[in-house]
Amino acid sequence: MADFEPIIGRYLRLPLGGRPCRVYFEEAGQGIPLVCLHTAGADNRQYRHLLNDAAITRDFRVLAFDMPWHGKSLPPVGWQDEEYRLTTAGYIEMILAFCDAMGLERPVLLGCSIGGKIVLELARRHPDRFRALIGVESAAYQTPWYDDTGFLQRPDLHGGEVAGALMSGLIAPQSPSETRWDTLWGYMQGGPGVFKGDLWFYRVDGDFRDRVGEIDTGRCPLYLLTGEYDFSCTPDDTRATAEKIPGAKFTVMREIGHFPMSENPAQFRKYLAPVLDEIRALGR
Amino acid sequence: MIGAVTDDAVHARILSIAELVNGDPGLVRRGRHCSTTFLLEAGETSYLVRVLEGRVASIERGPFLMRPWTFAVRAPAEAWNRFWEPVPAPGYHDLFAMKKFGMASVEGDIIPLMAHLRYVKDLLAAPRRMRLA
Repeated sequence: MADFEPIIGRYLRLPLGGRPCRVYFEEAGQGIPLVCLHTAGADNRQYRHLLNDAAITRDFRVLAFDMPWHGKSLPPVGWQDEEYRLTTAGYIEMILAFCDAMGLERPVLLGCSIGGKIVLELARRHPDRFRALIGVESAAYQTPWYDDTGFLQRPDLHGGEVAGALMSGLIAPQSPSETRWDTLWGYMQGGPGVFKGDLWFYRVDGDFRDRVGEIDTGRCPLYLLTGEYDFSCTPDDTRATAEKIPGAKFTVMREIGHFPMSENPAQFRKYLAPVLDEIRALGR
Repeated sequence: MIGAVTDDAVHARILSIAELVNGDPGLVRRGRHCSTTFLLEAGETSYLVRVLEGRVASIERGPFLMRPWTFAVRAPAEAWNRFWEPVPAPGYHDLFAMKKFGMASVEGDIIPLMAHLRYVKDLLAAPRRMRLA
């Protein structure tokens, strides 16, 4: 008998930015919709452990899509003549369009890194559309650790090798070898300029320091979880954000870096499971 | 004399890099396109690490008067000791983490460093595997 995982993958046709896109997503489980956003330069494989976690999919319908340009979602037609850049506006449109097309009613949204960052802007602008928001490795602003992303896309450097080697430092030393290297493989596979284009949102367009104070957690609960080994979005970065948002619930995760769900799923679930239990107990 | 003992330990660990790297066939294979000389500093002490096709050909202790190198990696001896702990604390677990938090600096021609970043990082981290007497 074939040893299938419970994950189902499909392609969704979705107009984004006025252009037809073909968005790949995976899902598993039933119950409260839980939409998961991958990190910059990566794809939905980062959530494969969550999608395979029976204790979570018993009560949650977990969905994770690949943003266009990432994973199995091709770039839109004409990509060869443009420079890819993720913007705040484009990212919000994509998330809301996915939820609408799938008919998801007030889903929970979980995003990591760039995904954690957009969660903050959705908390401010669209709190009524979500049951709860979970920002993982999330901050209104992170102090950069390099000032030129040019080396991520130049013909004399292998962008995938550079991205993988850079990201290796953001993984906690305690993370198991298998999941550490799975995570880095994803980075090594990204298309040219895609990671760099996502970082434009992470580092430039997504500076939300002047607006996170407007977030009303009374309209939608906000959880912030950050790994102690993440030196890209540090616990202090998240703490500075949480201090501006009354009611935000901030937790530092031990022995975890920038890719919790992917680099050490077992450790991450120790922190995520209580949050999901709390969200479930909220009811409608 | 605690300072001197620490310096000796750091010196021994830096010299151990050659044997640890050259004895690791996987690391040598991954570095086979890497040939460069870079400067490694622990506090006031300088070392020139010469890499030839993935093997560490020599590690020479300074001071140097006028010698070429492609890039320099500098940190206080204490920072390197913490970097080489078997399970380093947050901030000491990666070269760029140490750089971001002001414990290390990286200078010079960054492009060859980026081209061989995984190899150079693994080379610098090799003393984590050193057996201490």
